[in-house]
Amino acid sequence: MATRIFRSLVPSLARLSGVRTYSREASLVTLIPGDGIGPEISAAVQQIFEAAEVPIEWEIVDVMPVKGPDGRWAIPAKAVESMNKNKIGLKGPLGTPIGKGHMSMNLALRKTFDLYANVRPCMSIDGYKTPYDDVNLVTIRENTEGEYSGIEHTIVDGVVQSIKLITEAASMRVAQFAFDYARNNNRNHVTAVHKANIMRMSDGLFLRCCREVAEQYRDIKFDEMYLDTVCLNMVQDPSAYDVLVMPNLYGDILSDLCAGLVGGLGVTPSGNIGAGGIAIFESVHGTAPDIAGQDKANPTALLLSAVMMLRHMDLKGHASKIETAALNVIRDPDFRTADLGGRATCSQFTSEICRRVRESD
Amino acid sequence: MSLTFRRSLCKLHGYCSQNGLLKNLAPVAVTRRHERNYTAVDNAYKGMPPPAMYGGRHTVTLIPGDGIGPELMIHIKDIFRHTGVPVDFEEVNLSNDPNSDDIDDVITAVKRNGIALKGNVETVLDDRAPGKTKNVKLRTELDLFANVLQCVSLPGVKTRHQGIDIVIIRENTEGEYTSLEHESVRGVVESLKIITAERSNRIAKYAFEYAVKHGRKKVTAIHKANIMKLGDGLFLKCCREMAKNYPEIEFGDMIIDNCSMQMVSRPQQFDVMVMPNLYGNIVSNIGAGLVGGPGVVPGKNIGSDYAVFEAATRNTGKSITGKNIANPTAMLLASTLMLEHLNLPQQAKTIKDAVLKTMIEDRIHTPDLGGQASTTDVVHNILQEIRGNGFL
Repeated sequence: MATRIFRSLVPSLARLSGVRTYSREASLVTLIPGDGIGPEISAAVQQIFEAAEVPIEWEIVDVMPVKGPDGRWAIPAKAVESMNKNKIGLKGPLGTPIGKGHMSMNLALRKTFDLYANVRPCMSIDGYKTPYDDVNLVTIRENTEGEYSGIEHTIVDGVVQSIKLITEAASMRVAQFAFDYARNNNRNHVTAVHKANIMRMSDGLFLRCCREVAEQYRDIKFDEMYLDTVCLNMVQDPSAYDVLVMPNLYGDILSDLCAGLVGGLGVTPSGNIGAGGIAIFESVHGTAPDIAGQDKANPTALLLSAVMMLRHMDLKGHASKIETAALNVIRDPDFRTADLGGRATCSQFTSEICRRVRESD
Repeated sequence: MSLTFRRSLCKLHGYCSQNGLLKNLAPVAVTRRHERNYTAVDNAYKGMPPPAMYGGRHTVTLIPGDGIGPELMIHIKDIFRHTGVPVDFEEVNLSNDPNSDDIDDVITAVKRNGIALKGNVETVLDDRAPGKTKNVKLRTELDLFANVLQCVSLPGVKTRHQGIDIVIIRENTEGEYTSLEHESVRGVVESLKIITAERSNRIAKYAFEYAVKHGRKKVTAIHKANIMKLGDGLFLKCCREMAKNYPEIEFGDMIIDNCSMQMVSRPQQFDVMVMPNLYGNIVSNIGAGLVGGPGVVPGKNIGSDYAVFEAATRNTGKSITGKNIANPTAMLLASTLMLEHLNLPQQAKTIKDAVLKTMIEDRIHTPDLGGQASTTDVVHNILQEIRGNGFL
């Protein structure tokens, strides 16, 4: 009997002393708060995760590039170490200072961690009305080469050539990831988006790689579609698409198109998968310096990215709990932030989600 | 140049002019590159009927293409006959199958007549066959530098957005469509995207002239110059420079991914849009999808000397071929654009009014617009409208 009393006392004692107890061992996750509204929305996510008792410890790092001894700008070693150790990261919006001499932040991260696939699930948010309410698709974009290889030359004055690079290795890698993702997330249809009628060799190579990988995943339906046909059909009937995999430029455009269908970058989650099992989840909107520090920011994008992260870490229960609470709060017009057409502050929005998360236990 | 050398040259010049040796030298025409461009754009806008006109009748090259092209062309010929349009078609067979005419012969036919009405030619995906597709080759050989389409919301067509009126002007000859590709090492393919100042200036001028001629207020350049700094940067620079010559037209620019997002959330903000080839492909299809789909929007490819009219989204419609459910509207409206180009505005208006009345008032809709009618139902209704119009 004494043991029973003692056992029941331990959690409350632990709570009193501020030590958190989890049902499984806490994982360490690198958190990059970002600039502008970044810190406030990161704080909101941390608060919600605490309310949901997610077994995660945050390791906050700064990725502002520093000039190394060799004169090259690079992400600080501490941040790189943390990411390589923890493997999972959550990132807020990063601003690139103009004229400071170092490259774009997102590009720096991409190169440092070889983030080869960008995943954006686009789902219509019940409660945030857009002309499209039946969107449920995922765009997977190759993130390292293609049109964004940055190789450009001025041949003579007035004639510029930009080189689009497609390699078998990168195409195979992203195709493999796309089919794995489809299988792990109960998606049964993968579409390769291309323009192989015009760019026969480059997109042809990409298509060949996708076809080869599709052979190994017979349970998943695979088809190929021209980029223009996808755009044409997407704006008429987005429910026809499930998982889309494509090279860099088309992915950039299509993923933003799909984000526009569900309500914009302020509510779209995003994840970047890198080599060696690294995954960085991020919000893709800007830093919004005009509303920074005013408690007006909408943490939905970062929160949904964090939910994506939880699913990636196989914490599906916590993920569903938080996601359901968040979507319920968005459905309620009293608690929507200004960008969703409401009047609530960021803190009100966050506390309401925390409350609903705790209630659902 | 040394002083002695200069003195000798002067002496030589003096000798030549005294002896009449300089009189018969032909004057060297120095046309600066940009002036040549402007001539091309002026020619494109001249609006005079092309050379193949005899006895009051025009000859136009007809390229049915593949898929739904042939069946739609039959209907167009039917409607033209009923309306009494003074156009004769010289039909050439450019298609995917082996008995297709040679692409060079087709190009010669279009050059001969100056105007063509075209269906899309299907491209077989074969990454071992390098070079341009037939469609692209036609456009580049004829130097049809501008692809123009207008996406207008139509009252009888149910779409998610209303009040759209966007003109999309797309550079039609370079950019990503140069088909210059090579495999540098096994498994690594490079594809070249070419942007030139000459063609960017040309399309920018065309866009601004279009805005002025049609009373439009704003031109937006679409690009990805933050990533492709040299290529799209050059295109954007040319557009900005050209904008200075048209201070009455508002000029803005937008990055292509933001543009896609804006087009599906607030397409009413756009007026005239000008962009390089691939972005034009994407934006045209988004625009067409927003106002009703591939069966509704016509497009024209304009060059300095030639013009080719087709459906804006250039689909072959493989899956609906032969089923009598294709929407003839886009191709018919393209033929009315052709009639306007041929200076036959009365016939153009008759057919266009009949087509729009069928779609908007009588609501005879093919399946792509959510209806149950067949192609022949739509065409019969159009013919009835034309007859009932009192024109015949």
